[in-house]
Amino acid sequence: MTVEVIKPGLLTTLQDAGRPGLAHLGIGRAGAFDAPALRIANALCGNPRDTCALEITLLGPTLRFHRDAWIAITGAPLPLRIAGADRPTWSPVFVATGATVELGAMRSGYRSYLAVGGGFAVGPVLGSRSQDINAALGPMDGRPLRAGDLLPFAESRNAAHGVTAAPKWQIDPRPWFAPDVDAPLRLLSASHVDALTTLSHKLLFSDAFKVLPESNRVGIRLAGPVLESTTPIEMVSEGCIPGLLQLPPSGQPVAFGPECPVSGGYPRIGQIAAVDVPRLAQRRPGDALRFTPCTFDDALRALRKRERALTRLETGITARLSA
Amino acid sequence: MAEFSTEPISEDTLLLRFGSSLAPAINAQVHAVARAIRKANLPGVLDVAPAYATLLLRVDPLAWLDDGSGHPLERIAAAIATAIPGTGPGHEQATPASRNDSAHFVEIPVCYGGENGPDLDAVAKHTGLSCDDVIARHAAAEYHVAMLGFAPGFPYLLGLDPALQAPRRADPRTRVPAGSVAIGGAQTGIYPRELPGGWHLIGRTPRVLFDPAREPPALLAPGNRVRFRAIDADEFARLTKLRA
Repeated sequence: MTVEVIKPGLLTTLQDAGRPGLAHLGIGRAGAFDAPALRIANALCGNPRDTCALEITLLGPTLRFHRDAWIAITGAPLPLRIAGADRPTWSPVFVATGATVELGAMRSGYRSYLAVGGGFAVGPVLGSRSQDINAALGPMDGRPLRAGDLLPFAESRNAAHGVTAAPKWQIDPRPWFAPDVDAPLRLLSASHVDALTTLSHKLLFSDAFKVLPESNRVGIRLAGPVLESTTPIEMVSEGCIPGLLQLPPSGQPVAFGPECPVSGGYPRIGQIAAVDVPRLAQRRPGDALRFTPCTFDDALRALRKRERALTRLETGITARLSA
Repeated sequence: MAEFSTEPISEDTLLLRFGSSLAPAINAQVHAVARAIRKANLPGVLDVAPAYATLLLRVDPLAWLDDGSGHPLERIAAAIATAIPGTGPGHEQATPASRNDSAHFVEIPVCYGGENGPDLDAVAKHTGLSCDDVIARHAAAEYHVAMLGFAPGFPYLLGLDPALQAPRRADPRTRVPAGSVAIGGAQTGIYPRELPGGWHLIGRTPRVLFDPAREPPALLAPGNRVRFRAIDADEFARLTKLRA
C-alpha cells in the first residue's frame, strides 16, 4: 500500500511528534510545527495522536494512491480535489485506488497536515518518522519529499472494512486554525529582556514585525524596528527550544521553530508561549507578527484549557467515527 | 552537591543555571546534576540537556497538567530538590577532578595537517608555535565533552591548551568535511558530518561521530573524557577503510 508523490508541492515533509529525549546528544525534536493540527488530522483518520502525517507548506502536493485510503487534512485550509472532484478539508475523505489527490495553494496560513488512516509507515529513525531537514536526520536522511517518492502506509480499519461513504459532518477549523495575523502571540519573559533599552522593550510589544521569506522550520526571521540592548551581552551557549526569540547582532529577532538548534548563544529577549507556537507555524512570509506580554501562569492556564478542548475534540471524533 | 537557580523558560521547560562561564568546574556540576536527575527517573521529564553552565529540562506538560495539583514546573523543581539531596544554597561544591576521573574515556585518532587540517599552518602562525608543537599540545591535553550541539553529535570540548586558542576564521567555510577536528576560540570540536563552519581545521578523524543507526547514535556523550592521538596518513586510510 503506497502513496506516490507526483508533485511535491513547495515543501512537504513527513512529521510526527518528533524525537524528544535526545537533546543532550545535539539532536533536536523536529516534529509537526502545528502539533494540534497533526493530532486532529490523525483523530479524523482514526489514528493514534502522534501518527506520522505529511506537513505541507503553502502549496500542496499532488499524490496518487495505489490503494483505497481514508485521509484528512487540517491546519491551513486549501483546495482539495480527489479524482477531479472538490472535497472538504477538516473532515475524513475517502480516496479510491488509483485516484489522484491534488492539493492547491493556501489562501491564508502556511502549514497543512495530511494524515492517512493507518499512518505513513516509513522506517523510523531514532524513534521518529519526522524529517529534520536542517539536521539531515530522519526518513530519506531528512530531505523533503520529491516527485517519484513512494510512501508506504498501513491499512486502516475503515479501508479494510470497505467503508467508502464520507461522513456528513466536518470539524470547524476555528479555534484550531486562526488566520488573524493582527492577533498577537503571547510572549513570556526571557533572560535578557531587561537588557533591552527602554525604547526597544516598548517597540517589542507596540510595533508589528514582518515575517521574512528566508524563514523556515529552523527559525522565523522577523523584520521590524531594530532592537538594541543597553550594553553588549556576552553569554555562553544555553539550551534552546522552539518559540525562543533570539536577538542576533542585526537587531532583528528570530523566533525558533521545531528544527532549531538545541543550544545557542545569542541574547534571549522572549519566549513565545508553547500554547502559541502552533500560531507561529501558520505565519507566512509577509505576514505581520505582534507580541503581547504574558505571565507563566496565564500561558499555563491557556495551555491547560487548549489541551482539555483538544482531548474533548479527539474523543468526540473517535465516538463519531465508530458510530 | 551544587548550587543552581531554577528558571522557567516556557510552560514545558525549566532551565537550571549553575553559572555564566565556560569554567570546567561549573560544567562538571551541570553533568553531576544531569546524572542525578536521569537516575531519579522523574515522570514526564523528556529532555535533560546539559550546556556549559546550564541544564535544560523539557517536560511533557500533559503528564503534569491534568491532575490539577499545582504548577507542573514548580512540582518538577520540587521533585528535583527531593531527588538530589544537598542541592541548593550553602552546600559543598562538586569536585570536578573526581567526577571527571570516573567519566567514560574515548580516544580519538587524528591525522593532523595537510589536506586533513588545512588551517594547521594558520593556527601555528597565530599562536607563534611550530606545527609540530600545535599537534603535540593538542594531543597532550585531556578534554571533556561540555555539551553536544550545533549538529547531532557535535561535541564542544573544554580543556584546550590556552596557547592554542585562535579566533574563528574571518571567512567561514560553507563545507567542512565530516570528521574535521577544529579549534574555535578556547574550544575544540569535531564536525560529525559535512557542515558549514568557521573554526580552524587542524586535522581529521576516521572515527564516525554520529550514526543514527548505531546505539548510541553519538560517539561522545556529555561529560565524557576525550584525548586525541596523532596518526599518520596511512593509519588514517586504514582506519577509514575498516569502518566501511
